[in-house]
Amino acid sequence: MRLTFLSGSRRRTVASVVLAGLLTAGSLAGCGGEEKTAAGGGTTPSQAPSAAASVLTIKDPWVKAAPAGEMTAAFGTLVNATAADITVTGVESPASPMELHEMAMQDGKMVMQEKKGGFVIKAGGSHELAPGGDHLMLMKPAAEIKAGDEVTFTLKLADGTTVPFAAIAKPFAGAEESYAPGHGSPSGMPMGSMAP
Amino acid sequence: MTLKPPSVSRRGLLTGGAAAGLGQVAAAAPATAATAADDTGTATVAFHGPRQAGVAQDPPAHAAFAAFTLAPGADRAALGRMMRLLTDDAARLTQGVPALGDTDATLAVLPARLTVTFGFGPGLYRAARLPSPVADLPKFSIDRLQSRWSGGDLLLQICADDPLTVAHTQRMMIKDARPFAAVRWVQQGFRRSPGVQSPEHTQRNVMGQLDGTANPRGGEIDPAVWNPDGSSTLVVRRVRAEMETWDKLSVTDKELAVGRRMESGAPLSGTLEHDRPDFAVLDETGLPKIPDFSHVTRARVEDPRLKILRRPYNYDGVPDASGVPDCGLIFAAYQRDIVEQFVPIQKRLAEKDLLNEWITPIGSAVFAVPPGCAEDGWIGEQVLA
Repeated sequence: MRLTFLSGSRRRTVASVVLAGLLTAGSLAGCGGEEKTAAGGGTTPSQAPSAAASVLTIKDPWVKAAPAGEMTAAFGTLVNATAADITVTGVESPASPMELHEMAMQDGKMVMQEKKGGFVIKAGGSHELAPGGDHLMLMKPAAEIKAGDEVTFTLKLADGTTVPFAAIAKPFAGAEESYAPGHGSPSGMPMGSMAP
Repeated sequence: MTLKPPSVSRRGLLTGGAAAGLGQVAAAAPATAATAADDTGTATVAFHGPRQAGVAQDPPAHAAFAAFTLAPGADRAALGRMMRLLTDDAARLTQGVPALGDTDATLAVLPARLTVTFGFGPGLYRAARLPSPVADLPKFSIDRLQSRWSGGDLLLQICADDPLTVAHTQRMMIKDARPFAAVRWVQQGFRRSPGVQSPEHTQRNVMGQLDGTANPRGGEIDPAVWNPDGSSTLVVRRVRAEMETWDKLSVTDKELAVGRRMESGAPLSGTLEHDRPDFAVLDETGLPKIPDFSHVTRARVEDPRLKILRRPYNYDGVPDASGVPDCGLIFAAYQRDIVEQFVPIQKRLAEKDLLNEWITPIGSAVFAVPPGCAEDGWIGEQVLA
């Protein structure tokens, strides 16, 4: 197991290729965000549509930096531009064993727990993965995930297809949700790594 | 001069949810429906390009200069990771898009001409084991430098026409810099608010002087400010205004110290602000109308290539109990080469400039300004990749 560290330009290239090849046009915000897609004309490199396997995109992915061995999470917005519901049934990463998680009320307290049945993204809809909500959980990173690192992930969909993407690691003090008892770490999610 | 800086992108007039999905129709439509207030909030300056933004554009009303000291373990690889993160933040926030993981995304949607300009101090190059293109300024006799306003390995110059936008940007970027660097100093400054004067007006500083009349303009800017690779350099000096003694001067004495009329900014040899100062013109007593000791005389640069681009901001802190103000100028100057352009001017001013009686440099820092980057790049990639 190892993290994938790519340079910034390679990262964007990878992301663009991935999106151009698998995903619907116009859904990558990239550095400049949505407005580029709307008003920037053809300057966004990821707009080439692919009729082949347009399934699901993830917009603005990021992962919370964390020390080795300590749980952390990845976030972003899943966008389904197709006319049918899409179910994300799992996620994998070379960085860590992964689970799909949700936040749920338990004994009057919000805790996180594994999301049974995965995330369903409605036709033409989107599904936000954010601190305090659904997220992709890195259960035990093999190595420290440093701020600015790139981590690769692969979403697994119910129809057997996969959606790879890369996320940049950000130092983030939030997302310290407590973990539902019986699911592992009793100490909750640690803060992001502060090592340079 | 046009009312809107040419670098303000048209896209900026179309920010907000309404723009999404309109595509080329929206891009082609002029923003006729927008009010002036909307324009101020939604205007954007392009982030990507061969040169960094926030230098040649007319300075927005508010600025924060945030300098950092790198953490001991921050090596070249770590600096690359830091700059990728910070570049991504700047690229988004300047276009009115929340940063990744933005904890207050609603504060990101009115960029108000936000620019984030990165400077690399000599210490950053040391950390990366690279030769530094800039070195600390020589000591000047007039300096009373304080470490809390001096030096820095990394600088963020954050400018916008709205102080809340500056505050949010500063907050988000400091959070992302924190694993790599500690805040060394932050200097917050202001100019006239948007709409108060048209942009071509030279601004007044807290001493009432028109400040920046002799700046390179139009086609003069490029050869003075930019190197062929798109890089530049930045000097940031904190200059305290000694207002209590400045107040004691008559207007005539103030004008003799500066060499210009206080009201019009005209050189004492002329009648209009942009009249060329004529140091040979004598008054009725046979003395030069513009005194030899005046600020204008000492600071004058004739060769356009040797001019510096002043981009100053006022600061005004909290007065002490007796009412003595804490105010002055955050003197930010861009030029191709500090040694060739900035140092000779500062030397002449330090040797003999009557204005020195009423101003005191209390902070000083130098930074290389790396080139801009493309959409798939990051600031500093030419140095750190």
